[in-house]
Amino acid sequence: MDVWRITWFTVLCATAATLIVLPFGVGLAWLLARRRFPGRTIVETLVSLPLVMPPVATGLILLVLLSRRGVVGGWLERLGIEIVFTWKAVVIAMAIMGLPLLVRTARAGFEQVHARYEDVAATLGARPLRVFLTISLPLAWPSVLGGAVLAFARALGEFGATIVVAGSIPGVTRTLAVGIYSDAETGRDAEALTLLLISVGIAFVALWAANRLVERRPV
Amino acid sequence: MIAVDIELVQGAFTLSAAFSLDARAAALFGPSGAGKTTILDAIAGLRTPRRGSIAIDGRVLYSSGAPVNLPPHQRHVGYVPQDVALFPHMNVRKNLLYGNHPPSRVPPRGESFPSPDLDRVLSMLEIGALVDRRVTDLSGGERQRVALGRALMSGPSLLLLDEPLAAVDVPLRRRILPYLRRVRDEMRVPILYVSHDRGEIDELADHVVCLESGRVTGVDSVPIDAPATDRRRSGGQE
Repeated sequence: MDVWRITWFTVLCATAATLIVLPFGVGLAWLLARRRFPGRTIVETLVSLPLVMPPVATGLILLVLLSRRGVVGGWLERLGIEIVFTWKAVVIAMAIMGLPLLVRTARAGFEQVHARYEDVAATLGARPLRVFLTISLPLAWPSVLGGAVLAFARALGEFGATIVVAGSIPGVTRTLAVGIYSDAETGRDAEALTLLLISVGIAFVALWAANRLVERRPV
Repeated sequence: MIAVDIELVQGAFTLSAAFSLDARAAALFGPSGAGKTTILDAIAGLRTPRRGSIAIDGRVLYSSGAPVNLPPHQRHVGYVPQDVALFPHMNVRKNLLYGNHPPSRVPPRGESFPSPDLDRVLSMLEIGALVDRRVTDLSGGERQRVALGRALMSGPSLLLLDEPLAAVDVPLRRRILPYLRRVRDEMRVPILYVSHDRGEIDELADHVVCLESGRVTGVDSVPIDAPATDRRRSGGQE
């Protein structure tokens, strides 16, 4: 039965996507919360774009960029790396779709950290990186973790971008969401229902955990 | 010697302040909105003036002419903000030792800023029994003393206190003042503090800088004449 195989593959890809996006997302969230720099609004808009764009369109952009004839894909092919229609494409699609949720949630967390704590830490001799690691990050931690879980949950359910850039190859790129669609399309209703229940279960647990974390009031 | 001569613009407000003090404890005195906290922020490096200079004992922290603008972590200035801002995710001991961290304390140009001994600070401020407590469990007066200790433990060349007595009620005020006097007299760290209460100034300061709408209206020196008996009696009752 490849239900478990599909589930395992999806969870693995979503975990990888979350871990890859975490350092960028947290850095970006902190920058947007604490620094004024030229082009800030542009960065903010670009990061949030996958949230409102049709996922299929995001997938098409990725396909154009990452295919062998694309800007990034052509360059990667020379290094012997193929992305499109492999598990790597699944991870990238999931990462891009999860990024906005991570950045927005973590950013709100950093904004709630009283800037006076960071100021005082600096006057006590802490360099900016130490202030970030010992003050900002620990105090914003529930939101950062909550944002990561939200990004993970979003990645689990990713469909539109994945199907364009990774396809639905059984045993290679088929995720839960894509599997539900394929099974329903081909009349395999029982299989579709199983995958659906697994999806709902995982998504419910992840969202519940994220809400618990974010709702915890910061000190 | 604290030498400040700065012009700082903050929205519609312009601060233009110049004073030079050889003080053990000096007060910045004036109504709210006079620019007192802004001066502390500028000395600590948390706000950058438009032009001017700031120096402590000849060490230039900021100078628009040179130009020099040391970041806050290189200024060796202890800052206790009005809300004291104890780090809520650390216990008292971790708060006290936060600035007592050698790697970030590379002294520029061969200067050294020796950190005081923890036991000495604990006994002077009478906070030894609190070291393993969570900071969220402390009373107002305890928080003040821990914040004071945390600033002292970083080995500052100047202590900046923003309204150290404003957040506490009058009886508590009488109990914190002796600790401030001890810091002034025993640690030999000069103190620059913000106040809008004349009585408070008489108790602690030897110099007063009067401010109004962003300008210095006068610098007075006042004798330190709190009676010794009063100091002994009110010390360490908390």
